[in-house]
Amino acid sequence: MFVFLARRLMSGFVLVAVVGSLTFVTMSLSGTDPVRNLLGENATQEQVDARAAQLGLDRPLPERYLDWAVSAVQGDLGTSWVNNASVSQVIGQRLPVSLSLVIASTLVTALVSVALGIAAAVRKGFLDRLVQVLAVAGYALPNFWVALVLVSFFAISLRLLPATGYTPLTTDPGKWALGLVLPVAALAIGTIASTTQQVRAATVDVLEHDFVRTLRSRGLPSRSIVGVHVLRNAAGPALTVLSLQFVALLAGTVVIERVFALPGVGSMVVSSATAGDLPMVLGIVTVMVVVVVVVNLLVDVATGWLNPKVRAR
Amino acid sequence: MTPKSQPGLGRRLLRNPLAVGSVTVLLAIVLAALLAPVLTSWDPSQASAREILLPPGGEHLLGTDSAGRDILARLLHGTRFTLLGAVLVIGVAFVIAVPAGMIAGYFGGRIDAALSWISDLLMSIPNLVIVLAFITVLGPRTTIVMLIFGVLFAPGTYRLTRSATRAVRRELYIDAAQVSGLSDLRIIRRHVLRRVRSPLMIQASIAAGVAIVLQSSLDFLGVGDPRDPRWGQMINDAFLNIYRAPLMILWPGLAIGITVAALALLGSALRDEIEATSSRRGRSARVRPQAKPTDPAEGLLTIRGLRIAYGEVEVVHGVDLSVQPGEVLGVVGESGSGKSQTLFAALGLLSPGGRITEGAAWVDGQPVAWPGSPDSAVTALRGRTIGYVPQEPMANLDPSFTVGHQLVEPLRHHLKLSRSQARLRALELLKRVGIPDPERTFSAYPHQISGGMAQRVLIAGAISCSPRLLVADEPTTALDVTVQAEVLELLRGIQKDEGMGMIVITHNLGVVADICDRVAVMQNGQVVENGSVRDVFARPQHSYTKMLLASTLEGAASRVQLDSEAAR
Repeated sequence: MFVFLARRLMSGFVLVAVVGSLTFVTMSLSGTDPVRNLLGENATQEQVDARAAQLGLDRPLPERYLDWAVSAVQGDLGTSWVNNASVSQVIGQRLPVSLSLVIASTLVTALVSVALGIAAAVRKGFLDRLVQVLAVAGYALPNFWVALVLVSFFAISLRLLPATGYTPLTTDPGKWALGLVLPVAALAIGTIASTTQQVRAATVDVLEHDFVRTLRSRGLPSRSIVGVHVLRNAAGPALTVLSLQFVALLAGTVVIERVFALPGVGSMVVSSATAGDLPMVLGIVTVMVVVVVVVNLLVDVATGWLNPKVRAR
Repeated sequence: MTPKSQPGLGRRLLRNPLAVGSVTVLLAIVLAALLAPVLTSWDPSQASAREILLPPGGEHLLGTDSAGRDILARLLHGTRFTLLGAVLVIGVAFVIAVPAGMIAGYFGGRIDAALSWISDLLMSIPNLVIVLAFITVLGPRTTIVMLIFGVLFAPGTYRLTRSATRAVRRELYIDAAQVSGLSDLRIIRRHVLRRVRSPLMIQASIAAGVAIVLQSSLDFLGVGDPRDPRWGQMINDAFLNIYRAPLMILWPGLAIGITVAALALLGSALRDEIEATSSRRGRSARVRPQAKPTDPAEGLLTIRGLRIAYGEVEVVHGVDLSVQPGEVLGVVGESGSGKSQTLFAALGLLSPGGRITEGAAWVDGQPVAWPGSPDSAVTALRGRTIGYVPQEPMANLDPSFTVGHQLVEPLRHHLKLSRSQARLRALELLKRVGIPDPERTFSAYPHQISGGMAQRVLIAGAISCSPRLLVADEPTTALDVTVQAEVLELLRGIQKDEGMGMIVITHNLGVVADICDRVAVMQNGQVVENGSVRDVFARPQHSYTKMLLASTLEGAASRVQLDSEAAR
């Protein structure tokens, strides 16, 4: 178990380093183009050069990279090109918003998909067909469109829930939760659709194992066979699927945060990208990859703990 | 498996309503894209300050947007960009991923490890965020953005190709092809490509849908190319005017929804047809449920006129069997003769898709299984009255739970024992089945014990609630020869001690001679001979029994004899 974790931890570090470096290098290779984007089409070459020099872009790439990497490891992701704010600070303020959105969506996805997926696999018939239809619907409707429909219905027509905005958890937990209902619903519908399909497939797979027949031959009630044995054996594959969905949900914040005007890193990356704020975008990419690596590590620990063969090692 | 004997995939798809429907919709969408200038006379980019946000109807069939542009025209022209984008993404993804997946799957080793690592790396990056990062640097250039999406889409296709290739690689004919001197490239082209084609078709239709959604997301965010009409941009425009013209959000959403759903349904129809053989078998035949049989039956277990079907295929054709208390019945026959299915049916343990179509089974004179019988008719008897010992010991223990847990569970359920009582009883049982260190085995996981041990554990589980009938399905087949004798000895000992009735399913007449009182010989889903072991062995009546006996005693020579007899 220890060796297994150590290896995963190592590969996580490598992943962060590689993605961070690759992004930095690819983005820096385009020379002063970003500065032109930053200043707009009408800027003169002199203005562009002056600004580039001011931002330190005239230094050689390896030097800039080393600078960036060394401070990044210390938690300093540089300053914004647009308003000189500290990238780390901005991300520090905005990350909790995105994380509450993504974690809540992941939990909702996990609960609903596991319940629906197992039920569809065990009960078959109508429920199974319903799940398949929902899967196609959830997959075909873009989450931002679902979000808009939810807003126009629940927030504008019925005035039941806040349409936009975010209340920090520490200010008012009730309002925090209410504000997350619609964004989480919009974000989770797509992932629920695909996760349910995969949980269903994993459950069907477990049900075909010989040991399920033997358990039934022992006269155990089917609710305990499904609730204990099938659930436990399908949990590994389900967790793997969820860890992939987490990445998709993180990407989804980019769109959903814009619809609901949530001050998270997702909406930040959009505005930074349109403004040409390279350090901010780079910082957000790096932090998101770190988040993904941490989540993958947690999932690895959980899967390892669920699998006696790995645990015994 | 590629079903070669069936009609071609294309023709089968033509008979699948889902496939025909989704292809029709997709064709209509492609036509709409091609004929956009013919279908509407409005210019999608022509703004008009006087015709802002007109409702549907009149000159503008679907109304106008916030710049006074015709919505229908933008929708139709937008189709072109949507489809082009999707084709580009899929194209790039396939060009990268298919060769990479084939190389990784075919050669394995380091190159596989390296490619798979890159694929995992790409999968752990949130795709929209990375694309936005590139847009920061490159500006909103659609083609480049789609190329990057293509790269980010490659892992899914890569994994699929890789695993399909590995599956083909493991098959023997590839080795044969290699030995016969075909180059790797030719083998990949001739054998591997053919097999990965179908899964890739499914993947393409699904990935195209995802690509369309992602592309619209970017357009929605306003980072797409602003010059062209885009579905995503239309949703954005609707979003900005949601209070003034709420209906506007409907059209582009429907366009995306219908296109992506058609692609998804095409993918699922493809999957159905490609995997047709397996799914058809799984579809169970309709059985008219019959009333609970009322005729009496003697003996511990009685089976009368039992017929079992999987789908349309009948596998057991009217079987009669019975066991008296304390008696050992052997059911002999080759694999596929229906011996296991017959007893599974009596225990209510048929695999999904299997049904009793006629006949019934009784335990202690109580009907337990008949056509359409509820599971409840037999659940109460399983474990308590009937114990079951399976064939493959390792596959029949749940790998995620300790041996102890699996023994304790039924004890607590049936005998209502406390946790510690059940534990003591389980340890006794482990000792009873000859396990040297019960404490250790109790807390071991199935992968930590040997096959012989596992079979002893399963026997312990089967007898844990003192059943009066033990059904053992090929209890020794999967074991080493030395262990076989011990397990057989154990079964016979337990049967004698407890005075249980026992049914041993086997293909081995040696086992029958060893421990059975009576024997039923099954062939092709029927009982062809039934009698005391002594009688059947001494005076076999049916030619199949004779062949079985002869092949056991004298080897293969007699098979020739039998064939010549049959030919006469």
